[in-house]
Amino acid sequence: MIIAEQKPMDEIMGLLQGHRKVLVLGCGTCVTVCLAGGEREVATLTSVLRLGGKLEAVEQTIERQCDAEFFESVREVATACDAILSLACGVGVQLAARLFGDKPVYPALNTKFMGTNEAAGKWAENCLACGDCQLGVFGGVCPVTRCAKSLSNGPCGGSEDGRCEVDPDNIECGWQLIHDRLKALGKLDALTAVAAPRDWSKTHCGGPRRLTREDVAQDS
Amino acid sequence: MSETTYKSGSNLEKLMAAGEFIVTAELGPPKSADPEIIKTKADHLRGWVDAVNITDNQTAIVRVSSLCASKLALDLGLEPIMQMTCRDRNRLAMQADILGAYLLGIRNLVCLTGDHQCFGNHPTARHVFDLDSIQLIRMVRDMRDKKIFACGDEIKASAKAALHEPRMFIGAAANPFADPFEFRVTRLEKKVEAGADFIQTQCIYDMDRFQRWMELVRARGLHKRCKILAGLTPLRTLGMAKHMRDNVAGIKLPDSYIERMERSKEPKTEGIAICAEQIQALRQIEGVAGIHLMAIEWESKVAEIVQKAGLTPRPVPLV
Ligand code: SF4
Ligand code: SF4
Repeated sequence: MIIAEQKPMDEIMGLLQGHRKVLVLGCGTCVTVCLAGGEREVATLTSVLRLGGKLEAVEQTIERQCDAEFFESVREVATACDAILSLACGVGVQLAARLFGDKPVYPALNTKFMGTNEAAGKWAENCLACGDCQLGVFGGVCPVTRCAKSLSNGPCGGSEDGRCEVDPDNIECGWQLIHDRLKALGKLDALTAVAAPRDWSKTHCGGPRRLTREDVAQDS
Repeated sequence: MSETTYKSGSNLEKLMAAGEFIVTAELGPPKSADPEIIKTKADHLRGWVDAVNITDNQTAIVRVSSLCASKLALDLGLEPIMQMTCRDRNRLAMQADILGAYLLGIRNLVCLTGDHQCFGNHPTARHVFDLDSIQLIRMVRDMRDKKIFACGDEIKASAKAALHEPRMFIGAAANPFADPFEFRVTRLEKKVEAGADFIQTQCIYDMDRFQRWMELVRARGLHKRCKILAGLTPLRTLGMAKHMRDNVAGIKLPDSYIERMERSKEPKTEGIAICAEQIQALRQIEGVAGIHLMAIEWESKVAEIVQKAGLTPRPVPLV
């Protein structure tokens, strides 16, 4: 899922300067699960915004902010506000901005990455959406994401004791993980061939990506 | 032997082909546009080494570019080995620089991954890593041997023009001290497979582990497919030794050297003595084709080390 975290309060207050009535809009999907922008966080943030009594804050949470249909339920209350503070990921904030063309929409979160929940309060990045998934070759560990240099042909010289040179205390060397996993599977041979340069045009390097599924598009 | 039998015709390649025990050193370009620093370092190295590695924004700190410093070194009478990392350039910039370097007379290129930018003075920079070092090696080899760019196009100015490919002698790095240990030799093999003509290792302090690594290298016959130069960095101070042991990723430094540096009244002399001893030991190891001296900001001592190790005089450049 998408992992996000709330921006510092000062920054949020700065964004809302000059506004009187704000819709604080949560999202019921990823950011609810990662405890950054769900109903609970909306309630907490709203009460903080109300402190001082200058700002009227209306709280709402919709199921998903990455799908236009879910915004219908808040259209009326949004129209009555002079700005929207979205607690969705960057995707949701942008859709809100598109749907409410005449209203300022501000992000309350910093969208961090796509990742897993590792333990209570801990999340880790796992996928960069490279558009050409090679997990099948690399034993289910992503070299693009889990290696700080996105190397394709094995660990750099900075891999030591399973840790990455970038931050040994906090980052595992993705290539050590790939190596160990393939070794356990008896498939280390997969790492002997020289992997060709990646086709980065399938990533964001090729421009903002779009996907059209004719089968689905025709049916609807 | 005629010129055409060489891949690049660099002096380094010729000396290696002739079976000489090679000495290369490192020349780190300055962090300013001061030409005197390069001249001074070149003066320290000229005549004592066979070729000089010109580092590329080493440790992710901005310096005079390796391409320009290589050309300056060439003009100052040294044979440059230009280093190129994957951190700062994509495949377009790399190939453009390789064409340019060849035109300027540069014939040796070492292909490196590059330290992460978090180590240097621009930690907020975006890195590139379009290719990794092995893909870079393959690209340089294909430019030379297949006369094609990474995209597959032939290296010529127009459809009817003649092919003019850059012919580089290709170097790569190997770190016998990084992990996973067993995979290190596989990675070396991949570099050789990709087209590396010679290897320069990370600086060696743990001679036992290096020996074990060389055993694995010989078991796969890799020392016969590429020339391996053993990397050395002389210790200057006790502080430096401890820093190397504790803080530098991928370096293992045994306590015995720390103790010697601690006991000695002249740590600099001791550091040079250790280095010269290491060279003696390395020369005995089958498959070690030479040494690569990374005397970081201590180029002035290279001559002394080479002399102490009995590696003088250096062979005259072959034509
Ligand atoms: S290979 Fe690409 S799609 Fe697959 S996990 Fe890695 S970044 Fe994501
Ligand atoms: S230490 Fe491992 S994860 Fe970190 S950059 Fe090197 S290979 Fe990648």
